[in-house]
Amino acid sequence: MVVAQVSSPEVADAGARFLAEVGAKTAGVSRLEMCIQCGSCGGSCPSADAMDHTPRGLFALIRAGERDEVLHSNTPWMCLSCYHCVVRCPQDILITDVMYALKVIAEEEHTYPNNVAPDFAGVFVGQARRFGRSWEMGLTARHYLRHYILRLPRMTPMALGLFRHGRIGLLPHQIHQKKQLQAILRRADELERAR
Amino acid sequence: MTNYLYYPGCSMEGSGRSYRESLEGICEPLGITFEEINDWNCCGATEYVSLSTTPAYAMIARNLAIAAGEKKGTEPLVAACSACYLNLAKTDHYMGQQPALNARINDALGAGGLHYDPGTIKVRHLLEVILNDVGLDKVKAAVKKPLTGLKVAPYLGCMVPRPDVDGAYTNHEQPNDLDRLLRALGADVVDYPLKTECCGGHMTQVAPKVGLELIRRLVAEAEKREAVMMVTVCPMCQINIDAYQGEMNAMFHTHYKMPIVFFTQLMAVAFGVEPGKAGVGREYTNAKKTLVQALKAAPELTLAAAGVAPAARKPRPDKRALPMPRMADSEVEE
Repeated sequence: MVVAQVSSPEVADAGARFLAEVGAKTAGVSRLEMCIQCGSCGGSCPSADAMDHTPRGLFALIRAGERDEVLHSNTPWMCLSCYHCVVRCPQDILITDVMYALKVIAEEEHTYPNNVAPDFAGVFVGQARRFGRSWEMGLTARHYLRHYILRLPRMTPMALGLFRHGRIGLLPHQIHQKKQLQAILRRADELERAR
Repeated sequence: MTNYLYYPGCSMEGSGRSYRESLEGICEPLGITFEEINDWNCCGATEYVSLSTTPAYAMIARNLAIAAGEKKGTEPLVAACSACYLNLAKTDHYMGQQPALNARINDALGAGGLHYDPGTIKVRHLLEVILNDVGLDKVKAAVKKPLTGLKVAPYLGCMVPRPDVDGAYTNHEQPNDLDRLLRALGADVVDYPLKTECCGGHMTQVAPKVGLELIRRLVAEAEKREAVMMVTVCPMCQINIDAYQGEMNAMFHTHYKMPIVFFTQLMAVAFGVEPGKAGVGREYTNAKKTLVQALKAAPELTLAAAGVAPAARKPRPDKRALPMPRMADSEVEE
């Protein structure tokens, strides 16, 4: 149906270009061009209610070359990585990885609809790169102070509970070979930029 | 003793501590040992892959390279956390599938003096190792205190049965793996159709309304099925359902108090480990009381452990209640 609307060569070109771009950004073999618009993905999605486009709708927009609309959509950010759609997709499209690819592009171009999830990922990754391990305490403290001040009153007893049960430490665990890890990641950054 | 390489993952040292503690309690009875790989790093969870592709996969691949260097024979790398397991398995899988990605990752690893050839390490999840390598017979034989009458909801979560890059699961949505294991411990496993539905992952942190609704569905269903506790294989599922249940209750004006424990904790307890030593009691919604009550309430404990008493059966419904053709009891017994 949507394919039929793509009539002008310019639109078709833009669609093909964006489709290729997303495919190239996807870690596995995306097979996104094989989408038959059946809607199994959206129908399987536990968070579809919160999305502005269902995955199927988003893939139609990609083919139509609606790059801006897609990259400003909250759909990839509402993806839970539950892989329900992936195992149900009759065309074996790596939908979750396509969502990751769209998030990566939106991160690069700062087109995400709000900054809560990108911030959370940024802080998580920053700490993991620095220490070699994730740091639950530092991550949640910073995240709640920045984005969820109003949730803090309820979260404080929870954090105290975590301490009481010995489930959270104040200081981060760290790996020994931090320099090695950071050298690997710096090189990986260069390679990612050069793509 | 079968030896496995072991990748614990960050949560095992923090919020998922009881998972690690209980894992220590089940190795010996099962005849397996886990050798933690040296100086492993965070797998990036679902966060790094949302930020940047090559660095995310290079960070995961460092662990695979370390494991490959420490491997003595054909032993696989076992992860207990679902997200760690999937990240490691996926990286190996995609590196084998995509030569360009493989080249970029190995170029990056080279900057740290490491290299990884895809396919060198087989990544497996703890539950699958226990079911397929150890086997339920051995699990049953190790049970000293059967969890008779303990009604549990088996909650597997997403990332172990899906996307299943290695094809270990024939059923991605209603697998009975965890059910079978818990039944082998003597527990009364309720039918829990949401067993592979999502707990929301990081949604409690980035979109609380979405995350809390997913938690509500899971807890409400477990309660409806009359389970007294949920059992999970994933530290993320555990902390979401455990620590955020209070916030969820406040949001939906509900009063659920559903404990959730790791399957290894129930294994350890059934194998005779003190619940406290298996990390039971570290939950917000305390599972200890429920568990201890269940252990006390099971009258045929010692007899069953000695293999004398038959496992408790559900009482058969009154014949008059079911307008269905049924076999005579004598035929069934035979």
